[in-house]
Amino acid sequence: MKSIKAIVTVVGKDQVGIIAGVCNLLAGEKINVLDISQTIMEGYFTMMMVVDVAECTTPFSALTALLRAFGEERGLVIRIQREDIFDAMHKI
Amino acid sequence: MVSTKRIFQTIEMIDKQHLDIRTITMGISLLDCVSEDANRCRARIYDKICRRAEHLVQVGEDIESEFGIPIVNKRISVTPVALVAGGCDTEDLAPFARTLDEAAKNCGVNFIGGFSALVQKGFARGDELLLRAIPQALAETEFVCSSVNVGSTRAGINMDAVARMGRIIKETAHRTADRDGLGCAKLVVFCNAVEDNPFMAGAFHGVGEADSVINVGVSGPGVVYHALQKCKGAPFDEVAETIKKTAFQITRMGQMVAGEASRRLGTPFGIVDLSLAPTPARGDSVARILEEMGLEVCGTHGTTAALALLNDAVKKGGVMASGHVGGLSGAFIPVSEDEGMIAAAQSGVLELSKLEAMTCVCSVGLDMIAVPGDTPAETISAIIADEAAIGMVNSKTTAVRVIPVEGKTVGDVVEMGGLLGSAPVMPVHGTSSAAFVARGGRIPAPLQSLKN
Repeated sequence: MKSIKAIVTVVGKDQVGIIAGVCNLLAGEKINVLDISQTIMEGYFTMMMVVDVAECTTPFSALTALLRAFGEERGLVIRIQREDIFDAMHKI
Repeated sequence: MVSTKRIFQTIEMIDKQHLDIRTITMGISLLDCVSEDANRCRARIYDKICRRAEHLVQVGEDIESEFGIPIVNKRISVTPVALVAGGCDTEDLAPFARTLDEAAKNCGVNFIGGFSALVQKGFARGDELLLRAIPQALAETEFVCSSVNVGSTRAGINMDAVARMGRIIKETAHRTADRDGLGCAKLVVFCNAVEDNPFMAGAFHGVGEADSVINVGVSGPGVVYHALQKCKGAPFDEVAETIKKTAFQITRMGQMVAGEASRRLGTPFGIVDLSLAPTPARGDSVARILEEMGLEVCGTHGTTAALALLNDAVKKGGVMASGHVGGLSGAFIPVSEDEGMIAAAQSGVLELSKLEAMTCVCSVGLDMIAVPGDTPAETISAIIADEAAIGMVNSKTTAVRVIPVEGKTVGDVVEMGGLLGSAPVMPVHGTSSAAFVARGGRIPAPLQSLKN
């Protein structure tokens, strides 16, 4: 199956188990993680993941809500967006 | 792979700088709905709009959610109704506006444009009937927008139409007086109207267009403003360069959304309109961009030059980012819809005469301006004539959307609500233009050669 790439971004206060939690949630939705980069900026945890959503059967809007709710419980802002928008804006 | 920094930069543009797609507008031709029987014609119009635009709102919302970019409006534009209904066995075209309204409601869009007539040279039967129906149509409907083209560089200005539009605007204001003349916010008088404009209230689907088409209007004054804060005090070369780069990025996003919407709806892509369209939200203002260039208040000396640079740089940056650019493409300066313009008008620095000068170098014209309720129809006609003359001579689109608010005068503020914002009532000259407007006839088309 052709991959459909999306970008997951996580921003918020650093705490134990952010990566594990997000990865678990994604795995449950059959979303494959292709790349992760993560850093702490001024005490804030900032993570960017490239994922493949081709196998995920949950509608995108529901997925967005799921991640947002997961983040809100932990004081994190979590987004998922199709990769195309970033490519369009930053690549010629 | 795009870097993390760029990804967070995009997210910040959307989150904090009001970057959005202002509108996805589906243009639908109604030329094949023509019938001598008015009821049949209206039924065909309703069916065609509902069929074509059935999934428009859903697709818009899907794109919003998948790409994480807000799409503020989903709209429909149709063939000017004067052309479609002119041959019908009726003299009353107001029911056609009700049909458009019902179709808009059914599709879930927030505006439908095209209750329009093109009368730059004269009136055909359909035009005549349509003009007569405008005040009632705008008073009775919620979503319908109307526009009338009264002049063009090739045809000159139809001063009979200009005179009538002054009276029609007054009557529309009267009929919607209980809503502070809201009907006038949905009525635009054009010179050199374009056929593929996705922005309301002036959108209609031109006769040269395909059967249906997707046009997209991008926005982003906040992003430009933010980018300019990084070049404080720098020479204009750098300012222009920064605006161009920003406009390029904004437009690329518009182009991507347009392509995606076109593919999902099975409707050809028309154009991306490269406009900087402000909203009343703080940080989404064109006026504040001009002030960022070094003007104390928008409207002071230097404003026209600042706007000329902004308008040109937006186009230069955007043109390369899109396959097809069209519509109005430029900076909009609607007073009530721009937080900085509202403040400038309230301070008294921004006046009608300066706004008129600004329209010489930017997109469209005197837009969303509230004037005193006792402004005579002839004065409004004369304002239209001035604006049309600027468009005619400079081969550009100009427009007038003024609201003579009954019972209100200079110093009052009119709350239009939502994206229409709030309009401080601005003063007009008290001296009469009545004898000028009463002449009627046509102002001949201007010479476009012998430029030495």
